[in-house]
Amino acid sequence: MRGQKAREQAERKAVMATLAQAKAEEIARLWSEAGLPSEVELLRGPETGLVTVRGRIGGGGAPFNVGEATVTRATVRLPSGQVGHSYALGRDKGKAKLTAIADALWQDPAHRETIETKLVRPLRTALEEAREKRRVEAAATKVDFFTMVRGED
Amino acid sequence: MYVAVKGGEAAIANAHRLLADRRRGDRSVPALRLDQIVEQLALGVDRVMSEGSLYDRELAALAVVQARGDMIEAIFLVRAYRTTLPRFGYTSPVDTGAMQVERRVSAAYKDLPGGQVLGPTFDYTHRLLDPELAAGADVEAPAQRPVEAEAMPSVSSILAHEGLIEADGDMPLDHVPGDITREPLQFPMARDIRLQALSRGDEGFLLALGYSTQRGYARNHPFAGEVRIGEVELELDIPELPFAVPIGSIRVTECQMVNQFKGSAKAPPQFTRGYGLVFGQSERKAMAMALCDRALRASELGEDVVAAAQDEEFVISHSDNVQATGFVEHLKLPHYVDFQAELDLVRRMRAEYEARESSDTAEEKREAAE
Repeated sequence: MRGQKAREQAERKAVMATLAQAKAEEIARLWSEAGLPSEVELLRGPETGLVTVRGRIGGGGAPFNVGEATVTRATVRLPSGQVGHSYALGRDKGKAKLTAIADALWQDPAHRETIETKLVRPLRTALEEAREKRRVEAAATKVDFFTMVRGED
Repeated sequence: MYVAVKGGEAAIANAHRLLADRRRGDRSVPALRLDQIVEQLALGVDRVMSEGSLYDRELAALAVVQARGDMIEAIFLVRAYRTTLPRFGYTSPVDTGAMQVERRVSAAYKDLPGGQVLGPTFDYTHRLLDPELAAGADVEAPAQRPVEAEAMPSVSSILAHEGLIEADGDMPLDHVPGDITREPLQFPMARDIRLQALSRGDEGFLLALGYSTQRGYARNHPFAGEVRIGEVELELDIPELPFAVPIGSIRVTECQMVNQFKGSAKAPPQFTRGYGLVFGQSERKAMAMALCDRALRASELGEDVVAAAQDEEFVISHSDNVQATGFVEHLKLPHYVDFQAELDLVRRMRAEYEARESSDTAEEKREAAE
């Protein structure tokens, strides 16, 4: 039971991670293609504020504050009762609302599958492709050292 | 006598209207779009985010346009905007070891795991102006090298096992990170607070101070142990949920400076470290920050404080360019009453001086005559 709850939390977190990274236009496009519902009760926001980004001294030591970043959040309730949250960098209120609805729908067994396959999976694929492209482009700039043959024999 | 007056309303309104016109410039030239600035003046945008202490590319781009490219004015605008927003919380500390690295070089270790990845660097360019850019020539797509992903542990963890390099900076376990946006600066300050101030500090000021340490003012033999640039993921603890919520990624630059240290009464001979972490891609700033961080640890390491870069109060009090520009530039605002008061004072002092002079001369003449 406990294992299942932990697994479900990890899945929900992974969905939120994908939604936070995704572009607002992509989310909106997939949303309308999948015909997902958007009538909800707004419990909070969408509202923009700041989070303070923390780093660690020396990379792994004690935490320190680096600076702020803009974040927009929303909390919604579905007619069926599920409450969804969203937090993402930036100031896009439309995205905050849709992703909070997505979080709420994901908790509803009737909608989870649709959210996973029609929204999260394509977003995740696109993000992974973009990430992979950046990785192989960086890898092409990796230095290959070779030893010079010296003139003496 | 100066009589207080008011005025200038129409002049100010017209000055701002003129500013708007000059900012737009020749109307036959297309107006800049924010996405053009974000994409094509990315490092300028990064500087505004870093010193404005606010990670938001579009806002930084807007600030750059509004300030007509004046970076410190743009930074000022971003700082002012920051104060209008509520704060939702503090992120979990970013894990730079898990960064999606676009550039990573070490000047100390040739063969470190993950290798030397140059990324989009100005290094090794010939610094020749490129007329093709002016002509808007097409740019070829970057090369790709499909290889297995490789872990890139931080260089400090590689040296650590020999015990010849000091550990990452620790604080007492119950230490809450200080926050200069909430509490006024107090000296002496803990290293975490210094780092926050340095991370938003003026690039030019930190660069000059870092340079001064290399030229012999608080000399400390630095090596760029590692510089890495890339994306790190942010997570936020929120009361509504039992887990930290991922909120997206930001681009940062990190510098691990490694410094030879001959030892002191407080610490044995070893490599000591300075640390730099800044928003966006700015290795000059991250490196300068790391040099200053190391120099400012002088008292902690038992070194003599002999140079400006080691003087915490001097460095941190003057590193903020919004404060600096505010105080310097306020001098041009009307000081008519102050000046009248001083003029009056100087007139009186001069009259007293001249009276004294003439009575002295009269005395001398009388003495000479006698």
